[in-house]
Amino acid sequence: MDYVLRRLAAALPVLFGITVLAFLLIHLMPGDPAQIILFGSNSTPEQIAGLRQQLGLNDSLPRQYLDFLGQLLHGNLGTSYLTQNSVAHELLSRAPSTLVLTFSALAVAIVIGVPLGLAAGVRPNSSLDRLCRGFSFLGVAIPYFFLALVLVLFFSVKLQWLPAIDDGTVSSLIIPAVSLGWGYSAILTRLIRGKIIQEYRSDYVKAARAHGASESRVLMRHALRNSSIPAITTIGLQFGNILTGAAITEVIFGRAGIGSFLATSITSKNIPVVQGAVVLIGGGYVVINLIIDLIVGAVDPRTRLATAVA
Amino acid sequence: MIATVTPRARLAGAAGSVRQQLSRVVVAVAVLLILAVLLAPGLLAHQDPINTGDDILTGPSAAHWFGTDQLGRDVYSRTVYGARPVLLASVLGVIVAALAGVGIGVIGGSGPRWVRAVTMRVVDVLLALPVLLIALILIATVGSGVPSIVLAVGVAFTPGFARVVESSVRQLRAVEFVQAAKVFGSRSSRTAVRHLLPNLATEVVVLISSGIGWAVLTATTLSFLGLGVQLPAADWGSDLAAGASNLSMAWWLSTFPGIAITITILLTNFLGDYVMTVLDPRHGHRRMLFRRFVLPMFRREKAAA
Repeated sequence: MDYVLRRLAAALPVLFGITVLAFLLIHLMPGDPAQIILFGSNSTPEQIAGLRQQLGLNDSLPRQYLDFLGQLLHGNLGTSYLTQNSVAHELLSRAPSTLVLTFSALAVAIVIGVPLGLAAGVRPNSSLDRLCRGFSFLGVAIPYFFLALVLVLFFSVKLQWLPAIDDGTVSSLIIPAVSLGWGYSAILTRLIRGKIIQEYRSDYVKAARAHGASESRVLMRHALRNSSIPAITTIGLQFGNILTGAAITEVIFGRAGIGSFLATSITSKNIPVVQGAVVLIGGGYVVINLIIDLIVGAVDPRTRLATAVA
Repeated sequence: MIATVTPRARLAGAAGSVRQQLSRVVVAVAVLLILAVLLAPGLLAHQDPINTGDDILTGPSAAHWFGTDQLGRDVYSRTVYGARPVLLASVLGVIVAALAGVGIGVIGGSGPRWVRAVTMRVVDVLLALPVLLIALILIATVGSGVPSIVLAVGVAFTPGFARVVESSVRQLRAVEFVQAAKVFGSRSSRTAVRHLLPNLATEVVVLISSGIGWAVLTATTLSFLGLGVQLPAADWGSDLAAGASNLSMAWWLSTFPGIAITITILLTNFLGDYVMTVLDPRHGHRRMLFRRFVLPMFRREKAAA
């Protein structure tokens, strides 16, 4: 319980900082928000001044921030400059598509990465291990947007097995998920291989073997279990990158998600949407890593003790 | 103990040295290639990358090794010239990040408690945001172009560097010679410059060399989104994106810039690993290099003293 409270206490300042950063965006981005909203509508200087007053842009900065935070706590992320719809609604209605892609990519990464890492780690320097290492070296190097095009070229253009553009079916999810998950599977392969080699040298594995545990039991119950902890932590730390990777992948495949929405909002200076996305992505990252910290703490008692001492 | 060398061990040693020779060759070729495309791309490609021609969308041939694009431009020349913006943006970006990261890390790690609290909380907030999101927001603020990508990569990579440097500074501060300097009345600024920075050098070099691969990926992603060079200048990311619309007719348009990016990331990762094994004594299984190159330097110094 003490551990849970400490992790929560560490996450709160970061969440607070994310809201400050998101708030400051409106003043960092060039251009007057009132002029951006009224752009092209032949507005008089009085109308612009009136809108500035209405948006609260004439208040002091701390006052504006408190207003922003107050709205945020009520789940209100402001209104889009372009459509006058609620930003929270626009973002959340697009979130499922992005999350489906993110978690499919994660699933691909785990399904490919974990078995390869195990196979390579159990017999280091075997030919299978060399193959896995080559795969992970190449996997990290191929950019996902290039891999996406290569996969489209083979499976959509040449073989015509899979659709190239999103049509809402599961089969149109396969190429985006594989191209995004591939690189992370390479990271997982490398990580798990290293951990398994390390665990196999440890005393408790020797003890388990001495007690007559079978090789598969040693691998699955002992070595893999201990290797899974850094793997879970790494997935958490990479979550933000997978999410933004999903955003770029959406743009490539014409999927309607947060990513393509954010990209057009950045170019059209639709600041409330960018603010909302920063709060959602940053906050989501903090919450996911908090959950992972708690899971790791529950699985591995050493973590709880280590942070208690430090 | 009498050292006995079994045939197997001798074979392993020989294989190791072959591998070492090979890594040195790869590193030398990589450095030469990088210098060539940065300083004199004309040596590698004889055609002007923005010259349009009559051969439109022709496949790879003897005249056009990588084929031509929809305006009849030579894809091979564009691939050679397209390296410069990518390499400049990623290398300069990582150097910017290293400078800023070391500055923030040293201030955060050796300053008063409240300074550390403030800087590290800011770093924590930035670490919670994905690298690409920070880069995109920055480009939305300052506009697109290669200098913006340098800045975007620099700012986006700074928090990670600062975090690593700060924790090393904190470890270093507890080490005896730093404590001793303090006891002898060294000012904290002098301690930072004379004692902390030299001991961070190795780590910073490792950080830079392992970060460049990621920086290449980030920079090409940004130029893939059309935020890099002004057209019609050649750039791997924007050429790859442009080729995507002709993918079914002309596979070579996207494929060659894509392969170029992949090879660059492979090479920079390889360079990073190489630098790490040469510099990092903790890399146990490759301690050979350390023993052979680094230890003798210290021995000589000792003998001279």
